[in-house]
Amino acid sequence: MKRVICLTVMNRPGVLNRITNLFSKRNFNIESISVGLSEHEGMSRITCVVHVEDDRASEQITKQLNKQIDVIKVTDITDQSIVARELALIKVQAVPYTRNEIYSLIEPFRASVIDVSKDSMTIQITGESDKVEAFIDLIKPYGIKELARTGTTAFPRGTQRSSQQQKSYSIV
Amino acid sequence: MLQEAALTETKTETESVTGADLLLRALEKENVEVIFGYPGGAVLPIYDKLYDSKILHVLPRHEQGGIHAAEGYARISGKPGVVIATSGPGATNIVTGLADAMMDSLPLIVFTGQVATGVIGSDAFQEADILGITTPITKYNYQIRSIEDIPRVVKEAFYIASTGRPGPVLIDVPKDIASLAAEPPEEQEVNLPGYQPTLKPNYLQIRKLTEAVSRAKKPVILAGAGVLHARASEELKEYAEQQQIPVIHTLLGLGGFPANHPLFIGMAGMHGCYAANMGLTECDLLINIGARFDDRLTGNLNHFAPNATVAHIDIDPAEIGKNVPTTIPIVADAKEALEQLIQQDGKPPAHKEWIETIQQWQKEFPYFYDKETTGLKPQKVMEMLHSKTGGEAIVVTDVGQHQMWAAQYYRFNKADRWVTSGGLGTMGFGFPASIGAQLADPDACVLAVCGDGGFQMSTQELAVIKELNLPVKIVILNNMALGMVRQWQEIFYESRFSHSKIPVQPSFVKLAEAYGIEGYVIQSEEEAEAILDDVLHSREPVLLDFRVDPDENVYPMIAPGKGLHEMVGVKP
Repeated sequence: MKRVICLTVMNRPGVLNRITNLFSKRNFNIESISVGLSEHEGMSRITCVVHVEDDRASEQITKQLNKQIDVIKVTDITDQSIVARELALIKVQAVPYTRNEIYSLIEPFRASVIDVSKDSMTIQITGESDKVEAFIDLIKPYGIKELARTGTTAFPRGTQRSSQQQKSYSIV
Repeated sequence: MLQEAALTETKTETESVTGADLLLRALEKENVEVIFGYPGGAVLPIYDKLYDSKILHVLPRHEQGGIHAAEGYARISGKPGVVIATSGPGATNIVTGLADAMMDSLPLIVFTGQVATGVIGSDAFQEADILGITTPITKYNYQIRSIEDIPRVVKEAFYIASTGRPGPVLIDVPKDIASLAAEPPEEQEVNLPGYQPTLKPNYLQIRKLTEAVSRAKKPVILAGAGVLHARASEELKEYAEQQQIPVIHTLLGLGGFPANHPLFIGMAGMHGCYAANMGLTECDLLINIGARFDDRLTGNLNHFAPNATVAHIDIDPAEIGKNVPTTIPIVADAKEALEQLIQQDGKPPAHKEWIETIQQWQKEFPYFYDKETTGLKPQKVMEMLHSKTGGEAIVVTDVGQHQMWAAQYYRFNKADRWVTSGGLGTMGFGFPASIGAQLADPDACVLAVCGDGGFQMSTQELAVIKELNLPVKIVILNNMALGMVRQWQEIFYESRFSHSKIPVQPSFVKLAEAYGIEGYVIQSEEEAEAILDDVLHSREPVLLDFRVDPDENVYPMIAPGKGLHEMVGVKP
């Protein structure tokens, strides 16, 4: 099953290496990882999407990440109500007679065209992974020349639905 | 002339120090008594300062020997072992020791030299990316990027290595950082917001465990090395006696609970005793204190403690529930948790029957070996060593059959008398580790119990015990083979002894003599009887080459993939 894990880490040399190293050392399967600065100076935020077999495995990931000296906080936010977004840039072949067709696909997905050339156009799309995936599938027949995805970045919504059952791994 | 005068003038004015000065000052501040180090190009600035230092420097004859010695020192003294190696090959030679210390939770501070900051990344002479190499096998690692950071980094490293679950910390020091002069920096505070080990147990869980104990009919305590790291042997004894709970040890935990105590069952695991393994299988409450449910202890997890409620006290939350589902998790220092448990003073449950069952197992299925046939039995050697040293020696072992026989037959009544490579199972560990153990406790009788295979991986360190005149007693259980490999090939590979027999070996006695150390070949019990009293009490190093029965196997044994109850070789 898929889990979304958020980390706050110290912005120190080698910290990303430590995290990815841990995934390979513990044989965890990672789907995407995105890293960037956070609201605190000197700290970065990492969002990982991982595939695990069961709850025990995801508990292990959380704990092993937490054990890292540079990691300040780890939360598995999968079961919370979250906002998750991914950005993809897609350079697709576009000759004059397909251009309009492509535009008609772009609109319902709220994607946008950020570059156009003689025989191609570059589309930017943001959204949850599934949406990005669906859009790529639709656009594929036109011929994708280049594709770059950022991986999911996410955090919990400001208000959590009260009925939500939250799993707690904390045993401290 | 004028220029020179000007130079001396500025010198007196600013009183500048080099990175190496700061490094040694930081070590002195941490009360470091001994450094195990090997010089080389990148650490020359540090070695120049060591020349005038009061700290004892031990020169191993191979960096790997140095780091194993530091491990032995750390295990016995409880203080971090300090190691220095140069860049490149010096640094890569300590990798095995780091992995070993990481697995067995030993505190080490390891300094490696690095090429100058300006050429890092250019594949310079003796450059290796030691941070990249050691990230998965250190608790933490640093590369010093500016002189000002040295005091803080060293302070943090000692703090990280010795608190929480102990482990090795590596500090990579580029050559220019060590040799550059600077003004003494201002004191920097330790800054580790992401590292706050939980020491105090959660009261609710302590209550839960106390209630579980009072309900249990067949409780056992499984005590691991966490008890030793926390210095909690006294508390363990008090708690076990108060609640009348029998105690089982892991390999690394030996000595945490006295072996001559009526509540002591024995060591569990692949070569553990019948009573301990059955105790784990049959118990209804398993209290794990500072052990990590290693696969050599649990056997097949599907058959492990099938009827038990599992409580686990560990300072590392990631160990709880990692291998065995746990009902009562207690993240805490073993000593603090035990103190609180003792305070609860729970009503001791009535389980006299359970203790009697265990004692019956002990009586019926003790460790055994064939005492009738001629030839020197390795088990007998360990028994003799035990009686001749009154069970008081520090026993340091290598890895293999002799390690298991030492664990089975040398019964430890005191804590911190046992040094062995458990998790990583590092051959070549034992002899160098004994050097560190002897330095940590100079008056103790230290036995370096090795096989003929493992000893040949670190014979060069004979020079060190001669140089420092350390009275280490090297005990070689010589069966002309890599015994444990041979045993597995005999049992699981139809006796196809592929490259496990080593009939060509040096005369170990002559080898010792070449280093100026006395040595004896011992081929029978009588010969052993004749000299052991003398040599074991001498204050000189000595090598004892015991020619033991080459076909002897370690029993009982649990085959890989089998459960603890599926032991073979429990009876003659």
